[in-house]
Amino acid sequence: MAVKPVDQADLLRLEDVSVRLGGREVFSDVTFSLGRGEFTGIIGPNGAGKTTLLRVILGLLEPSGGRVLIDGEPLHGKHHGRHRAGMGYVPQKLVIDPDMPLRARDVVSLGLDGHRLGFGFPSRKRRELVDAALADVGADGYADARVGELSGGEQQRVLIAHALISRPSLLLLDEPLANLDLGSEQEIVAVLSKLAREHEISVLLSAHDMNPLLAVMDTIVYVANGRVATGSTDEVVTSEGLTRLYGHHVDVVRVHNRVLVVAGE
Amino acid sequence: MHYLFEPGLLGSGPVRTALLVGAVVAITSGIIGVFTVLRGQSFAGHSLADVATTGGSGAFLVGLNQFWGFLVVGVAAAALMEAIGVQRRRGRDVATGVVLGAALGAAALFLYLGTLKTATTGASFTVLFGSIFVISPDTVPALVASGAVALLTIAVLTRMLLLTSISPDLARARGVNVRLVGIAYLAALAVSVSLAAVAIGAVLSTALLIGPSATALRITKSPARAMAAAALTGLAATWLGIVLAYDSYYWPPYGHGWPVSFFVVVLVLLGYLLSYARRPRRERPRSPHEGAECSPA
Repeated sequence: MAVKPVDQADLLRLEDVSVRLGGREVFSDVTFSLGRGEFTGIIGPNGAGKTTLLRVILGLLEPSGGRVLIDGEPLHGKHHGRHRAGMGYVPQKLVIDPDMPLRARDVVSLGLDGHRLGFGFPSRKRRELVDAALADVGADGYADARVGELSGGEQQRVLIAHALISRPSLLLLDEPLANLDLGSEQEIVAVLSKLAREHEISVLLSAHDMNPLLAVMDTIVYVANGRVATGSTDEVVTSEGLTRLYGHHVDVVRVHNRVLVVAGE
Repeated sequence: MHYLFEPGLLGSGPVRTALLVGAVVAITSGIIGVFTVLRGQSFAGHSLADVATTGGSGAFLVGLNQFWGFLVVGVAAAALMEAIGVQRRRGRDVATGVVLGAALGAAALFLYLGTLKTATTGASFTVLFGSIFVISPDTVPALVASGAVALLTIAVLTRMLLLTSISPDLARARGVNVRLVGIAYLAALAVSVSLAAVAIGAVLSTALLIGPSATALRITKSPARAMAAAALTGLAATWLGIVLAYDSYYWPPYGHGWPVSFFVVVLVLLGYLLSYARRPRRERPRSPHEGAECSPA
């Protein structure tokens, strides 16, 4: 369970972060860091607190202890707004109604300035930026379709383009692979991995199944039982390591390049 | 022989006032209604209308213009709804139903007492079903100004409202004060409901709020076009309703025009039904190879 050594160049670093929600300790002493252009998966069973962890990093939730550093500066506090600008976010389980009068390009455009007052007038520059973001995720084919009528995988691409258009250095995605069929799952992983490598964007993504990500993850943050273990997949996902984390016996089984975590007796 | 545009239509002061106020009401309701539907708050609009009825009838009882009753009670109710979060929880509809029932009960009492006092039976009808032909010209500036303030609020918050309607969390992560935006929007909604209550009555105001925007959402793809289409649909229904109501003076029972509200609501419904003919819902096959089928442009 090797914790990465402190690196000055780390984009994101959590130090001894604890979170309490409604009097219950969700996490204690979570420490890990994330470098530029790295692909990191937050993996853990449903309900382990993956979303909570992302919300802390986004600044939506104040940790009860420890601190979150972005570029070496504490996130919570006065520099908040500036750090927000450097983060792109794709929330979990978005259901966009088919009747919503929003085209894919409208959603992406809101990623540029949806937090501003007034209404954004159309311009050639805006259109070019939107088109470029859609092309980056391979969604240029349905730019003018209503998002609500797109498939789950297509919507996911549009939302990634929405998060991407403000040129963030950190992209946070909450269960982006949930409810996707196998084909779209692989395509989304490929898009994200390309963004991490070619655009030097650090990708932090949560998932309950690590298997689709095994080939692309640089680091795994395994969440269970209010604690995390971080390192490479080989370091973290072992029977001994996860047994220690879960606090009860767990077997890690590898079959056909897939990893299964099985609760023991 | 009669015409759609009866002679003397535009020469009549009350008709000109009705057309002006009708335009303000229709445009405000249509544009704000788009966001009401997007945010899934049609029920909030309806609740505000019910509560505003109490305000309108209370104003009538004490001899004030009903618009102020609608407006003050509507905005207060909006603030209260935000405070207790009624509009977000459909599970609380039992409690809400009881409160709304009580509000309408109070309206019944106020209208009854008011009728005893002034011996004008038309007042109940005016509060409940509108009075666009008997709007006093003195209140017109206030109506126009209220509509302008509500629309300005929505214009300033357009992008934030759209972002929030995709996902409140997404908006929060971008630093949007989702709660504040929600309060401002509800206040604008209350103003728009009050305006619609003056024109077509408290009970029917939701029709002008939801109907044109529901129609617009079916036939348009982008937010700006949806707002324009909703405003135009509402405007067409309202103006045509006013013209038909004016004409109906010559319909049986002769010498008594039919209520404008009736025509407006029927026209709104017609528009909605027509939108089904215009754009059949496109079913996208959910194939595993999504990349292949694209570009419906």
